[in-house]
Amino acid sequence: MSQKSLRQRLEILADAAKYDASCASSGTAKKNSLGGKGVGSTEGMGICHAYAPDGRCISLLKILLTNHCIFDCHYCINRKSSNTPRAKFTPQEVADLTINFYKRNYIEGLFLSSGIIKNSNHTMEQLMETARILREEYDFRGYIHLKTIPEADPELIEQAGMYADRVSINVELPTRAGLTKLAPDKDEVEIEGALAKTKSRIIQAKDERKRFRHAPRFAPAGQSTQMIVGADDANDAAIVGRASGLYNQFGLRRVYYSAFSPIPDASAVLPLKRPPLMREHRLYQSDWLIRFYGFAANDVADATEDDGNLPLDIDPKLAWALKFRGQFPVDVNRASKEQLLRVPGLGTTAVGRILKARRYRRLRLEDVGRLTQSIAKVRPFLVAADWRPTRLTDRADLRSMLAPKSEQLELF
Amino acid sequence: MTALQHVSLGAHYVVHLPRPDDFAFWRERARQLIQCDVPPDRVSWAEPGGTGDLFAYEGPSRGEKRLPVPDTGAPEVRASKRFMRLARNVSVHSDPERFSLLYRTLWRLQSRPGMMQDSADTDVRRIEELDKEVRRDAHKMHAFVRFREVEDEGGEHYVAWFEPDHHIVRREAGFFMRRFANMHWSILTPRGCIHWDGTTMRESPPARREDAPAGDPVEALWKSYYVSIFNPARLKVGAMLSEMPKKYWKNMPEAELIPDLIAGAQAREAGMVAAGGRKVREVPSSLEEIEAGIIACRDCPIAECRTQAVMGEGAVGAYLMIVGEQPGDQEDLVGKPFVGPAGQLLDEYLAGVGIDRGATYVTNAVKHFKFVARGKRRIHQTPQAKEIDICRFWLEAERKVVVPRVVLALGASAARALLGRTVSLAKERGRPVPLDDGSELWITAHPSYLLRLDGEARAAQEELFARDLAAVKARTEVLA
Repeated sequence: MSQKSLRQRLEILADAAKYDASCASSGTAKKNSLGGKGVGSTEGMGICHAYAPDGRCISLLKILLTNHCIFDCHYCINRKSSNTPRAKFTPQEVADLTINFYKRNYIEGLFLSSGIIKNSNHTMEQLMETARILREEYDFRGYIHLKTIPEADPELIEQAGMYADRVSINVELPTRAGLTKLAPDKDEVEIEGALAKTKSRIIQAKDERKRFRHAPRFAPAGQSTQMIVGADDANDAAIVGRASGLYNQFGLRRVYYSAFSPIPDASAVLPLKRPPLMREHRLYQSDWLIRFYGFAANDVADATEDDGNLPLDIDPKLAWALKFRGQFPVDVNRASKEQLLRVPGLGTTAVGRILKARRYRRLRLEDVGRLTQSIAKVRPFLVAADWRPTRLTDRADLRSMLAPKSEQLELF
Repeated sequence: MTALQHVSLGAHYVVHLPRPDDFAFWRERARQLIQCDVPPDRVSWAEPGGTGDLFAYEGPSRGEKRLPVPDTGAPEVRASKRFMRLARNVSVHSDPERFSLLYRTLWRLQSRPGMMQDSADTDVRRIEELDKEVRRDAHKMHAFVRFREVEDEGGEHYVAWFEPDHHIVRREAGFFMRRFANMHWSILTPRGCIHWDGTTMRESPPARREDAPAGDPVEALWKSYYVSIFNPARLKVGAMLSEMPKKYWKNMPEAELIPDLIAGAQAREAGMVAAGGRKVREVPSSLEEIEAGIIACRDCPIAECRTQAVMGEGAVGAYLMIVGEQPGDQEDLVGKPFVGPAGQLLDEYLAGVGIDRGATYVTNAVKHFKFVARGKRRIHQTPQAKEIDICRFWLEAERKVVVPRVVLALGASAARALLGRTVSLAKERGRPVPLDDGSELWITAHPSYLLRLDGEARAAQEELFARDLAAVKARTEVLA
């Protein structure tokens, strides 16, 4: 077989990486290239350098070192038994590609993952070598996200955190049964063990830095994980419950959801239909509710329908409000922050503005309109100085009034 | 002459800013005017040129009435931290009313010190909006500037052409300096240019697009990356447009690919699904329907080279299901499973341990014969994992109809078909493996494997095979 060109291999290995949802480059320690010999800076806020037509941001060069794999996970295009074309980069090639892209301001850094070749340790060493070249030889100070291999030696994971801004380990599926069925070579205990180890190492490094200013950083942007949605039969309530458990247990920065999408050469154990993209979106919305709006996992579970899944036509916050109408309307001039955050249509920014502005005036509906995106959605749930929704909150058809109108079909 | 006199005379002042982004100059003049108690409707602010050139200096003299000088005892002008933070950003906005807005707000702030917290106030809200637009423009500049490499006397030189909406070029120089500190770069814009040579920052007058290089050798790789990372199974054009509006596209090399990517997405997704050979099919509910289904099935290439599909044999309700790999030469011609040499050997061993083949259900993981023709002979080929996975649909349907208590897989292909994963025979034979429906699976070698061995090796394998069959017999008795 003839050697594939760099471009051909880039195509194969970027294509293979596109099923990973995460591309974040935010929340790491501040650094820049002044006084160094290379390029790179991170200033807290992540930057999306381009957007693909799938609506996803392109922030990092997201590739696999290789898509050869000794594992046989059904949902994965790179599994051993798949007929997908295979390719491999050397650590040097990936490092050069990263620097060349970075110097043209195409990317914020590198997100490197890999299929398992030979064994877990060998694979992890290859990932490490790439990061080492970037950090030590090129003095690269941009963002590096390394996917770590849970089965690899703890020393290797330890080293990964020294080079990387963020490390991640995928839990893959929301339930243990799903993992056993679809990822027979992976083990939940091992994955969670690695997450726990990384967590304690991150805490330890933070603690050391409090006492010694020059103590080395360990994954300053924390760790994250990813679950595939719709490949097994876990419902939204179960998924959100699991995610919330993961946040608490392992101090994760993010849990990413990836809607299982039809992949070439898919295995026959997978469902035939892909889940609606909207489901992934609703899960991310509920993730937001838990992280920023004071919702608990069981609040989200309360918002689900009889089958344990979130409604697709309305967002989870509205779904919750419609189920608990007794809590509404709330008085925009008196209600607590927690109560305001539960009002559908009010975001954290709008709530912040309301809390400040009402110190200076009694808010009328018109004032609220200036502070928020749209007044139509919040009106049934709010009392303002000159507004009371009277019977609106109790109307049986409130849901259909607030749900986005379904699109009318056009003549073909 | 005191400030109060000016006001009583109803004088109107025009302040000419030397540059459109000169916040310090505006601040100086605004402080002076407020100390002289000049109300907002008596001041207008003018910036140089219609082009909004950041670096063109025009003196403050042109037609400008001398501004009043405040009394030494005039009160201090106060502004909250929040006002200062927002005003710095708003001052570089391209809205010609921005300096009036800021002056009016500063004026009102003197009597309402907490006003900046009140976002329901129209002026405060407007300032917040302008601030947001400037920050967004700056963020998009960080994101969408694209450098192209040229060789010049100083070595590698990275040059970009960018068109910001607001006067942010000077404001953002620091970001690019910190990021590309050891690179020699220039950012050219219609509002002025900045250049960094590794040690100092230099400014120059506005440039035109033609002044920037037209191409770069790495761009082809970047475009390949852009195409490959896009997942055509999920098209969300609206989400892309809201973050990357079309006005930026003309200066981003990858953006020229977008229309084709969108147009081709449906076809690529269909291709992805077709490549997987996945068809939505009703699960058949009787052996007759399964037989009709496998005869018609063309989901994998094996189906094309056979004489006929070979259906399983046995009765619904059989307590034991025996699964082989695929029909062989004989089976393909006769249309029944396990009638060739391997089948005869199997029959012998079954009789040996006391299993009545007539009471079992015998079938194959793959329903068609895969071979290569060599002269008149047809040489058996092992089915690929993918082909086994496709045919698994039929085997699962047979299991649902027959409902055996025990399943015996002969060989690794059969085991894969039942478990959906690659199985190591040596590790997993000789013990029960639970299946989803509560039945149990036993794995052993395929009899044709025994036929290929001689001597000691054969004796050893035959013994293992016999032992496995005996264990299965024992289990069927326990479970029956």
